[in-house]
Amino acid sequence: MKIMARPVSYNINNKPLEKDISLADMPEGHQGEGFFATSLNSVIGLARKNSIWPLPFATSCCGIEFMATMGSHYDLARFGSERVGFSPRQCDLLMVMGTIAKKMGPVVKQVYLQMAEPRWVIAVGACASSGGIFDTYSVLQGIDQVVPVDVYVPGCPPRPEAIIDGVMRIQDLVGKESLRRRNSPQYKALLDSYGIQ
Amino acid sequence: MSEQHIKLPEGSIEKTTTTLNLGPTHPATHGVMQNILELDGERIVSTEQTIGYIHRAFEKIAERRPLYQITPLTDRLNYCSSPINNMGWHITCEKLLGVKTPKRVDYLRIIIMELARISDHLICNSIVGVDSGAYTGFLYVMQYRELIYEIYEEVCGSRLTTNIGRIGGFERNFNDIAFQKLEKFLKEFPKVWKEFENLFNRNRIFMERTIGAGPISAERALNYGFTGPNLRAAGVDYDVRIHSPYSSYEDFQFTVPVGTTGDCYDRFLVRNEEIWQSMSLLEQAYKKVQEFKGAEAEIYHADVPEYYLPPKEDVYTKMEALIWHFKIIMGEIDMPPGEVYQSVEGANGELGFYFISDGGRTPYRLHFRRPCFVYYQAYEELTKGAMLSDAIIVMSSLNLIAGEMDA
Amino acid sequence: MQENLNSVLRSLSEWPKLMSLTNEHIKQRLTEKFGEQVSAFTEPYGMLTFESPKEINLKVLNFLFDDEELRFRFLTDLCAVHYPDKPGNELAVVYHLHNLEDNIRIRYKVYTDINKPDVYTATGLFSTANWMERETYDFYGVNFVGHPNLKRILNVDEMDYFPLRKQYPLEDQSRIDKDDEMFGRGGTVGFGTEKTDHGTLIESHKTNVGDNIV
Repeated sequence: MKIMARPVSYNINNKPLEKDISLADMPEGHQGEGFFATSLNSVIGLARKNSIWPLPFATSCCGIEFMATMGSHYDLARFGSERVGFSPRQCDLLMVMGTIAKKMGPVVKQVYLQMAEPRWVIAVGACASSGGIFDTYSVLQGIDQVVPVDVYVPGCPPRPEAIIDGVMRIQDLVGKESLRRRNSPQYKALLDSYGIQ
Repeated sequence: MSEQHIKLPEGSIEKTTTTLNLGPTHPATHGVMQNILELDGERIVSTEQTIGYIHRAFEKIAERRPLYQITPLTDRLNYCSSPINNMGWHITCEKLLGVKTPKRVDYLRIIIMELARISDHLICNSIVGVDSGAYTGFLYVMQYRELIYEIYEEVCGSRLTTNIGRIGGFERNFNDIAFQKLEKFLKEFPKVWKEFENLFNRNRIFMERTIGAGPISAERALNYGFTGPNLRAAGVDYDVRIHSPYSSYEDFQFTVPVGTTGDCYDRFLVRNEEIWQSMSLLEQAYKKVQEFKGAEAEIYHADVPEYYLPPKEDVYTKMEALIWHFKIIMGEIDMPPGEVYQSVEGANGELGFYFISDGGRTPYRLHFRRPCFVYYQAYEELTKGAMLSDAIIVMSSLNLIAGEMDA
Repeated sequence: MQENLNSVLRSLSEWPKLMSLTNEHIKQRLTEKFGEQVSAFTEPYGMLTFESPKEINLKVLNFLFDDEELRFRFLTDLCAVHYPDKPGNELAVVYHLHNLEDNIRIRYKVYTDINKPDVYTATGLFSTANWMERETYDFYGVNFVGHPNLKRILNVDEMDYFPLRKQYPLEDQSRIDKDDEMFGRGGTVGFGTEKTDHGTLIESHKTNVGDNIV
């Protein structure tokens, strides 16, 4: 069962810091006297990617690194994730941090099912990506056995900079996603392969 | 007419309590534990705990790994203070192998362990604040945890799951930058902690939230096997550092804070005071380390060639070092058979290692005596008749870390 | 109970002066009370260790608890060990007890047959034994007679075997994404393929690696 890989590019532009405030880049489009025309995709992508509300599903050590990322030293709030919510209905990004045991697998799936589209999943840490150092009978070898994952962040635990890098790549994916993707047959096939309707 | 269309579950009309699932994923449970509460209005009638949501089978893994590969496993027990777990494991191995560490190594170990204890208590107390609604203390104090992480990074390279130390000592000597950061910590942290205490200790809202929440008497606590700050808050001054001193704790002067009622407020205050005692221990240890001069200041490990890799220059030039290097890396070294139980004062209580060796490369049986596992049993008794909001505060003041509970 | 508490609180602060209880004395008191039933007294690394038949485990624990001189009133740890090469005595349940006032630890073992692993529960005496015995049941299958709630605690409820017994492997055998040969176990050739029940071989038992390569 093949899943098509989506191209990911960096959204970092090296520009010198001439002002105190930097604004998000304008998407490409035509502009003239008093108007600016671009595609709906880019505008909605721009709005979504700079205001992602994450759901921190922190189980173990990576959760403590997430707490450090949310702290003031490595602030994640400046990327738009000021409000971390614990209600799946209100969140866009499921951040699975830490080891997922087989007992916990159905819980992850349940939380994923309760999230509203569009939703993204980031697997933070080696244990969430592939089972990590725990190749045992009781640990799920990666959450991609139960939910489709968009970005994997390796590390044990990943440094806060790595977690921020993972969130920036999610922002990239969010910004370039087509508005029709969630209704497309490929996406439906992806969910079917996980047994999700 | 309405009853004909609604089919209610068995016994639900007679049932007078509400069932609330404080599920494995919940913002207030720090880690994955499940609690099914039976509530009568706001009062808790009974609770039922389910754990095992992060069971990683450490004890089974340990039967397949040589000694140094078990250190990363011990990291992930109480991951808020992983150096203490690592040191405890190395001390257990040294007890089995009969290795005596030099004094300077012991004092450096004390510095690292007390930093870890401070870092764990910082998280626990600031999270008690967050759970009762005060988020600022947590953010302010996390800044100093970053400084502690930087000190770990200078020694072992990693922030959180440190894998610090070797059997017999450390992998490298503490460099000047590490000592400068330690001095900066010793200078700046007392002021910060004083501010944190001003925020909470005599704060009327906090006191009314926590006084009387989840009390436990000393004999019930002893019967439940409590150790560490939770037992000291109940009035019993049992501290492994004083009762069975390890790593030269007997050379230091510190007091053990003890509470009276064992409720959340006492636990909070005991942890606060323990941070002050740890700061005093850090200063004493740092002064003692600085007294070593010359060649003695270069000692950072004991002489145990079977388990400590020789320096690379010797491996390339001397025959004996080359052979030891080969034997250690290829895992050709057998342990003496025997069984040993060694415990250290973890940040949360007595962390014990029961190690049975049959003479091979890996342990025959390794069992971790985990304090958090012991505390969560008592949760039902602590919250009987309490309000729902007390249940949350009790859980966070017990400092339950799921990784240690399930191991 | 109140006198107990007072004595605990008073004497803990004076513990360095009260180190009069020695391992010899404990051994003597135990053999006086139980005679031949307590045996195998050893002192590995300074901790007195002894064993007894499993039928009297509660009697021994109660004696150690109630006696005014011995006072082992703190159960530090309860675990089990599997010895597949001791037929009739495969599962050992190990109690670590601690006398907080005199600061003495003691280790007490009972052995049981794996086909009928019934041991009396210590929950009546120590509330901490509740979950410790559930964990022991979950890992080894030791059936604690009289336990209020003996069911699995750490593993999934549907598991039908006892995973920490030596004959079961560590890894989940049904996973397809990890290649055992690459990970150095279960492969056909080369270093790291010598497997035993508990995954390690003592030096003297190993054959030369080169002999196995064809």
